[in-house]
Amino acid sequence: MATQTNSSSLPQPLTDRAVRRLGRKRITRAALRAYAPVAVLLVLGILIALANPNFIELRNLVRVANAAAVPLTIAMGTTFVILLGSIDLSAEGAVAVGAMVLVLLARNDANTHDFGWLAVLAAVAAGGIMGLVSGLVQTGLRIPSFMATLGTWFIGLGLATYMLGGSAVRLMDPALRGLALNRFAGLPVAVWVALGAFAVAAVIQTQTRLGRHILALGGGEDLAEYSGISPARVRLLAFTLAGLFYGVAGVLAASQLGQSNAVIGDGRLFAAVTAVVVGGTALTGGEGGVFNTLVGVLIVTVLSNGMVLLGVSPYVQQTVQGLMIIAAVALSLDRVRQTIVK
Amino acid sequence: MLAAQSICKGFLGVQALKDVSIVVRQNEVVGLIGENGAGKSTLMRTLSGTVKPDSGTLTLDGKPLKLRSTRDAAAHGIGMVFQEQSLLLNLTVAENIYLGEEQQFTRLGLMNWRAMRAAAKRQLAKIGVDIDVAARTGELSFAARQMVELAKALTLEDSVARPLTILLDEPTSVLSRADIDVLFNRVRALKQRASFVFVSHRLDEVLQLSDRVYVMKDGKVVAEHDAADVTAPQLHEIMVGRSFHTGYYKEARQLPPRDDVLLELAGFGVGQSCRDIDLTLHAGEVLGIAGVVGSGREEVTRAIGGFLSQTSGQLKVNGRTVHLSGPEQAVALGIGTVPRERRIEGLVMFLSIAQNITLADLGAVMRLGMIDHSRERQVAQDWLKRLRIKAPNVDVACRKLSGGNQQKVVLARWMTAGSRILVLDHPTRGLDVGAKEEVYDLVRDLSAQGVGILLLSDTLEETIGLCHRVLVMRDGEITAHFDATPGQKPNQVDLVRAMV
Repeated sequence: MATQTNSSSLPQPLTDRAVRRLGRKRITRAALRAYAPVAVLLVLGILIALANPNFIELRNLVRVANAAAVPLTIAMGTTFVILLGSIDLSAEGAVAVGAMVLVLLARNDANTHDFGWLAVLAAVAAGGIMGLVSGLVQTGLRIPSFMATLGTWFIGLGLATYMLGGSAVRLMDPALRGLALNRFAGLPVAVWVALGAFAVAAVIQTQTRLGRHILALGGGEDLAEYSGISPARVRLLAFTLAGLFYGVAGVLAASQLGQSNAVIGDGRLFAAVTAVVVGGTALTGGEGGVFNTLVGVLIVTVLSNGMVLLGVSPYVQQTVQGLMIIAAVALSLDRVRQTIVK
Repeated sequence: MLAAQSICKGFLGVQALKDVSIVVRQNEVVGLIGENGAGKSTLMRTLSGTVKPDSGTLTLDGKPLKLRSTRDAAAHGIGMVFQEQSLLLNLTVAENIYLGEEQQFTRLGLMNWRAMRAAAKRQLAKIGVDIDVAARTGELSFAARQMVELAKALTLEDSVARPLTILLDEPTSVLSRADIDVLFNRVRALKQRASFVFVSHRLDEVLQLSDRVYVMKDGKVVAEHDAADVTAPQLHEIMVGRSFHTGYYKEARQLPPRDDVLLELAGFGVGQSCRDIDLTLHAGEVLGIAGVVGSGREEVTRAIGGFLSQTSGQLKVNGRTVHLSGPEQAVALGIGTVPRERRIEGLVMFLSIAQNITLADLGAVMRLGMIDHSRERQVAQDWLKRLRIKAPNVDVACRKLSGGNQQKVVLARWMTAGSRILVLDHPTRGLDVGAKEEVYDLVRDLSAQGVGILLLSDTLEETIGLCHRVLVMRDGEITAHFDATPGQKPNQVDLVRAMV
């Protein structure tokens, strides 16, 4: 190879000051911002604990973890899509489909199926198919993710409502109910499943080519394409991956609720997007990731748990969440560089 | 040896390359120069596989070469350092260097980051640069990113068993002098194991670095010289030389400017890009600013239009000192900008001619707080006639107009808004000869009405032909003034001397 044969022709390393100057890093405000969500979480926790010491009781902390399980799982999927610079609105629809498939295939009070754990597989796969459809609509028909996933959201809702016959179907499989009811090391199994989902997402983001390519697309799709990456393939995979997480979330939600109905996903989209954004992942893509989202989910859950402890009215709680998402975006955007807002 | 033979390429009716042949020998730096639109970039993109020629062949060491993508080109040892940098700013140096080539560092689907970083470090060592491979490229200086790009191109050495050909597309246009020297040192050192094609606007740089120079003009190679045998002014003459006749620029219609001063700059500066700019623009005057890319002339005019903020000196509009807060204030003061990218900055393409014309001053066609549509159409109709805009009616969307007519709509808008100072940024770019002539006529009309015009143009010929006075800028400063009254027009070579 040329590298070895011509090593004598290498330029003298670092003889001129100009080169040394090249490598110097600039400290950016972005670097400081990266830790802001963690600080927010800590301050929030301390404030709530001061106002109501019950907050840091073990029982309440388990309650927080339990409440965070489904949002965390959903937000893992949403994170990947937002990292692409796209948006995924289909979470509620996909969660409803996942929960519907699980309940109808496991032992239930509406039909005679009893597929047990196979029903879980089918539910997760159904979520994945929902994501795949979003991806195909987007890449194949060249429809923006906003519209593509708005469509799959309602397709999912309609499908779930129709299959459930418009009513709630109870989940009777004791093992599957156990996901929510049984505990391992003090935490409900559902929490461990959510943490597992987080671990998988973390590995995908940091250790696989897909994770890197998602970040690359978010940073600049045309540039990524120049490097031989297929944007369509990455998009398809990212949306499918998001769907799989929604499927898992559907299983957890049905298990926690003990039933499936059409409104099982209600409000979960907002919670997921809020968590992703509050965690510091940029809506423009390429910045942030699942670790940010973990913090974001905890901020959102701790805040709503705290408001309950402090006796805040549910309507005020919603308003606070709305304010929070605006504040988070306002703080995270580098608006100096953005001249046009759409 | 990489060779292109009789390459032709057309885009939408424009022939970008006409029968172009060039040769890049081993261990050689080949310079490629030409004006904007001469076909340099298309030729580079053909060599790097992003553009497929309509006819003609590429050969590598005598064997025919078919390139379908940049990957194909890479497989044959052809790498490109892009003018618009191709690094992703949200990824680290190492991730960028191996973007799309990560499979060599994966095991069981998982990445081995340590191996990738070590490999990236080796690539950077090749060019003797010590950059933290774990740093995000967004945190690096522009010059450092350029080095990363070069290192990225050099990774091909590990996978291709032949010496590389590296295409440098205007790598110096945004670098400081010191950084350019660093880059040139690297290129000279690497010359023993790779060949380079070097595109630049700065002729002296091309001569300094290259062994041989090709000059392109209007899609053709018009000259080939050993760098030792030519000078920068000679090259420039070959580059711009075309039959010159005074009638083309309507010089007979050039009237002397009036006495009143519309715009005055004193000690004006915009950050690092330009400083100590003194200029005055009179009513009815056309003032040209000549200079190469990076001379700072763009920044001066952008700041006058309110798109950049001035950082030093004084700006007087109609005798009053102002500090522009943005384009909105500039427009209110009667400063209109005709931008170079009509499609992006100049017109709202899906709005009609009438809507575009009244965009800058809707107040003129409002009655009782509402838009008076018949009045709006009347105003537009007048302009359609006065400027001979070719369109069936004023309701046609601007995207359906030809380039020349779009340019007229932009001018009509500023006239409607009562602008007395116009910044024309490459007003004839992309127009055919006939449309250009109409724009020249319009410039004369506007001057006769007392409008002051600041002109940045693609060609010196156009600058000299249209202007009353020409300022030349280099490295952010004004280096020369020329009087350009008809009959005493300066020579292009004199201007070039002040430019390079």
